Amino acid sequence: MAETKTIDPQESAPVRFWNWLTETQIWTSVFRHGRPNSDRNRVLVMLSNVFLHLHPVRIRKSGVKLRYTWCMGGLSFFLFLVLTFTGLLLMFYYRPTLEYAYTDIVALREHVPLGIMREMHRWGAHAMVITVWLHMFRVFMTGSYKPPREFNWSVGVIMLVLTLLLSFTGYLLPWDQLAIWAITVGSNMARATPFLGHEGPGAALLRLGDVPLIHAYDDARFALLGGSFVGEGALLRFYVLHCVGLPLGIAVLMAVHFWRVRKDGGISGPL
Amino acid sequence: MADEKTPDAPAPKTAPQTGEATKAVAQPAAAAHAARPAPAPRPPAAPLPDLAGKTTSAASAGGAAAKAATPAAKPAAAAATRDPDDTSPLLTRRAWMGVAWGAFSAASAAALAATGRFMFPNVLNEPPQQFKAGFPTEYGMGVDERWKEKFGVWIVRTPNDLVQRSNGFFALLVTCTHLGCTPNYLSAEGKFKCPCHGSGFRAESGINFEGPAPRPLERARIVLADDGQLLIDKARKFQYELGQWTDPEAFLKI
Repeated sequence: MAETKTIDPQESAPVRFWNWLTETQIWTSVFRHGRPNSDRNRVLVMLSNVFLHLHPVRIRKSGVKLRYTWCMGGLSFFLFLVLTFTGLLLMFYYRPTLEYAYTDIVALREHVPLGIMREMHRWGAHAMVITVWLHMFRVFMTGSYKPPREFNWSVGVIMLVLTLLLSFTGYLLPWDQLAIWAITVGSNMARATPFLGHEGPGAALLRLGDVPLIHAYDDARFALLGGSFVGEGALLRFYVLHCVGLPLGIAVLMAVHFWRVRKDGGISGPL
Repeated sequence: MADEKTPDAPAPKTAPQTGEATKAVAQPAAAAHAARPAPAPRPPAAPLPDLAGKTTSAASAGGAAAKAATPAAKPAAAAATRDPDDTSPLLTRRAWMGVAWGAFSAASAAALAATGRFMFPNVLNEPPQQFKAGFPTEYGMGVDERWKEKFGVWIVRTPNDLVQRSNGFFALLVTCTHLGCTPNYLSAEGKFKCPCHGSGFRAESGINFEGPAPRPLERARIVLADDGQLLIDKARKFQYELGQWTDPEAFLKI
């Protein structure tokens, strides 16, 4: 750089190195403002960072009190990160086919160092379902669903459904008897979807003469399972939904959710 | 301060934003705003332009009809609503945007439909609904489990059927009528017992008698094929509670 600082010969080598480093183009392009030791710089840090800008620039004192938020939203997000990471690791060993699914899961315990990863994923998943419900309970009890936060409440409800669907799809993947029959029972509920399930209300109305338009081979349950029973197709579909589709959807909604918290005036305060 | 919308924040810091904006109009001397010229007064509101045939509905049949009618009826009016810098050929720029949005919407809808159709394969790797189960002489009395794993059917031979009061065969589907699990045949107890929630069905008929199952197991069509073998068709089901077990194809008399 053309205009360098005059170097005081009194300064020690580490200080001089530090001064040089913080003026390099790389450094100044990554850290585009001074240290966050003033209100202005703190705001700049928040505004110029894609992750931090999802957060409110400032929050109420009550917002950091554990007894007010229970930190359930934060814990849900933390568990989502844990599950994303452990799930990614599990994908290196798991093959979603009838031949390998169950044996891969069994083998994981003994063939891989720290095969406990699978237990972390499983227990983390249970914990996330619990924390998401508790987060919803807290938001309800503090009245934080009221305007202007009703939009964010709705986003949260969708994410609750996605969390449960993630739990449901992940349940099938070990491909043991519990998994197969639990999904058999669970997916049978889709038969009763109005108009879209072949045993649901209104489905009987959708017919051309004698030909039913909605039957066991083209209804909502079939689309979910990729077949007429829980088999090969169901395992693959649930795997793809569990590892890619649903996490992608919930991640997008999380960004919206956090950003809305900020836009609606930060974490709600006691009334 | 940024463009924060902070209704809960203490008033003094954010309030001036809107306050100053209004004040600046009243007091042009406000130093902070002096550099920025006040916006020119808006021209009087123009009469609402005639949007017929120029909105996104232009792609629809009605819009096209309206558009076809308009230039013929009053070309002068159509030309008058063009923006001064609108030099697009054939249609106004606004109409072209309508066409573009229509095409985009149609393409998006088609892509969505294709995505939905993609989830329903044309070929299924599943056992066929209809199969031949061998000759009647190959079966003894009682429940036969040889086709349970592959086709999901028990072949039951009974000396006196509950409904048809005759000696013969019926084919029971192995799907529990509660929530769809597969019951186990317990020969010692003469029943089908579902491991999921404990529903029990009589082995000699398929009638439910314990647990949460709301109705008997379903029977499948069973007839003799031309070559004398048993022919089972799972696509045709008979339900006891609908009185369908009296159907001649629900039971094969011997």
